[in-house]
Amino acid sequence: MELREKAKQLLESGAVKAVLGFEAGTHGRRRPLFARSAEAAGRLVWDQGCEQNLASYVTRKEVKRLGRMAVAARPATLRALLQLMAERQIKEEDVLPLALDDAGQVTELASAQAIEERLALEPQQIPAKDRELMDRLKAMSRQERFAFWQGELSRCIKCYACRSSCPMCYCGHCTMDCNRPQWVPVPSHALGNQEYHTVRAMHLAGRCVQCGDCGRACPVDIPIHLLTFTAEESVHAQFGQGAGASAKLDYALSTFRPDDKESFIR
Amino acid sequence: MAETYHLPQASLDPLFSVILASGRRILAPTDRDGRSELNPVTSPAQVAKDYVQTALSAKGTVFPKVEKLLSYATEPGKVELTDPVPNALPTVLFGIRPCEAAGFQALDAVFNWDYRDKFFNARLEQLAVIGVSCTRKDDACFCTSVGGGPGAVKGSDILLTPMEGGYLAEVLTEKGQALVALAPDLFNPGNGVDKAKLVVDVPAAFDQPALTAKLPALFDAGLWADQALRCVGCGACAFVCPTCVCFDIQEEADPRAGRRLRIWDSCGYHMFTLHASGHNPRDTQGQRWRQRVYHKFSYYPERYGMLGCVGCGKCTRACPVDMNLREHLVEASQAQVKP
Amino acid sequence: MAETFEPKITAFVCNWCTYAGADLTGTSRIKYQPNVRVLRLPCTGRIDFMLLAKAFSRGSDGIIISGCHPNDCHYTSGNYHARRRWMVYRDLMDFMGIDTERITFSWVSAAEGAKWAELVNEVTNKLRAMGPYVEYKEMVAAGVE
Repeated sequence: MELREKAKQLLESGAVKAVLGFEAGTHGRRRPLFARSAEAAGRLVWDQGCEQNLASYVTRKEVKRLGRMAVAARPATLRALLQLMAERQIKEEDVLPLALDDAGQVTELASAQAIEERLALEPQQIPAKDRELMDRLKAMSRQERFAFWQGELSRCIKCYACRSSCPMCYCGHCTMDCNRPQWVPVPSHALGNQEYHTVRAMHLAGRCVQCGDCGRACPVDIPIHLLTFTAEESVHAQFGQGAGASAKLDYALSTFRPDDKESFIR
Repeated sequence: MAETYHLPQASLDPLFSVILASGRRILAPTDRDGRSELNPVTSPAQVAKDYVQTALSAKGTVFPKVEKLLSYATEPGKVELTDPVPNALPTVLFGIRPCEAAGFQALDAVFNWDYRDKFFNARLEQLAVIGVSCTRKDDACFCTSVGGGPGAVKGSDILLTPMEGGYLAEVLTEKGQALVALAPDLFNPGNGVDKAKLVVDVPAAFDQPALTAKLPALFDAGLWADQALRCVGCGACAFVCPTCVCFDIQEEADPRAGRRLRIWDSCGYHMFTLHASGHNPRDTQGQRWRQRVYHKFSYYPERYGMLGCVGCGKCTRACPVDMNLREHLVEASQAQVKP
Repeated sequence: MAETFEPKITAFVCNWCTYAGADLTGTSRIKYQPNVRVLRLPCTGRIDFMLLAKAFSRGSDGIIISGCHPNDCHYTSGNYHARRRWMVYRDLMDFMGIDTERITFSWVSAAEGAKWAELVNEVTNKLRAMGPYVEYKEMVAAGVE
């Protein structure tokens, strides 16, 4: 299998210290594998189940310590890596993205430019079922939407699986961790859940690469990714900027145009 | 004290009715948009038909995710402090699995250790458990490796095991007897059925006593850091776990009024052992993962004489990156101890 | 006699324009309804959306946010950043079902004392007709055993 051969090659040549990909897990799931030997590389798999955005690992100190890492990458992973480079969280030379298509063909992307060129081949699109649910929600009345989200968020237990699985939530001291002042209530009561998810979506607006990992990670199946998708779409529609397009930072909420158009300010 | 009956399928509806009529609510696994979760039900028809387990455990009935410990209001010169009366509703938990039922004992070990927690006890007192044995399992289950089993009785007040025509019903405690007494005619005499033949087979995956004995020597082994490489440090495993009991206390207040809340906490969080000085004795995810395993398999046995794990596998299912506890424990069992 | 509902409104305003404008309203002896509590910040660019969430969770039925007109910001570009933030925040709030009709954004300069009074009166009347923000208050109370 091409990925396994490539991984063994990269490890043997010393070009990378580890290959971050996927292996078979419980119940037919796929889970991250840090292959650091030829034997481990032999366990790498690549298929439709390999959905997780592995870019969330490249900013973790335990992973950085391993050294230069190859990362099996879908488009969303590539976008996340570019965005992390733009935000100065990783250096181009620290990671070697291995772009993989559905057929399992591997392409090494050794520079930010190579990543940008690869991404330009495929337009960014959110999955059809997420689009359908977002459209259905937008067609509801405001009260219906409120009831929907209150119902979904009532299951939230504030485990932060969403935050922990997001490649862009790399802050060592998250705003939720701040207690002087305690901006957002920690408990998972209705207000605490509402405010946490609002804060997270706003902090991701213009930075979210729409991988959907937050929703996938949620142990109680809240479609939480729809909030960050919405914030990202709002930024893109209104300012033409978005996450993961370039290794050069273009963050909508720290830039502006004097003629930004809105219709609601009196 | 176990008494064995046969509970016909047709008895379930009237049983639910008398339980509800007695002023108790019934919580049971229900199907919600493809999820299996505990909800109040009023009839057996609402109970999920085809589930291995719920995603969250039942510990929320005695240890809620957010619980008020006290509240206060101030006026100039005066503070009014209110000790809340725990909102403990008489409850029957119907349909949880033997592994989950066994979890209550591990919670009790902490909540009644050196101080009798009035909130936990008030809720536990009002709770009766009608467990249902397992006729199915999945890749995450490992109850038989930790002293449990698909038909184990620990923690249930009545244990039902599905069989032809209804259930084998074992009435195990006074609470169970009190439920039977609501409608004794619904329970027919038991007829000597072998429970082992009715439940699913769960082969043991590892020798737990041997692992517990080995853990002290494995403390500095590199395998914990390796296993934890993919762990993202969220609290999903701790929060879905029937035995995890760590909590945080948060105060929400302004100058006029406030309340103190108890909420779930997780040893997987970076801040769990962060000192005010900035020092963190468990600064890497590997140390935090090791702590999780040791707390359940080494410190709990040492301190309370029982395990802090019931082998339900909820952690494995909830984990976004498939940290399969059984697999990790098997690997630890096979790890070489450095001399 | 039944108590009629009086909305509680929190206003986040910038020091250099709207706050000065509101001051002018007073010195001009223009009357306006007293339901608004004015919070002064150096610039609208300082207004974090979390402050808006706090206003609602502390019992406000409505919020006013106001600052210098575009191109007139005392700090040159604070209001441009604020405007961008509000454009996204509003979309997100609407998607989550929060009542964006209860949040009013405006530009009021230091010379627009009359505009301030007009704005506050209009918002107060609108919120009085809408009633208290019951949904939010219920949410604030929910989820604690």
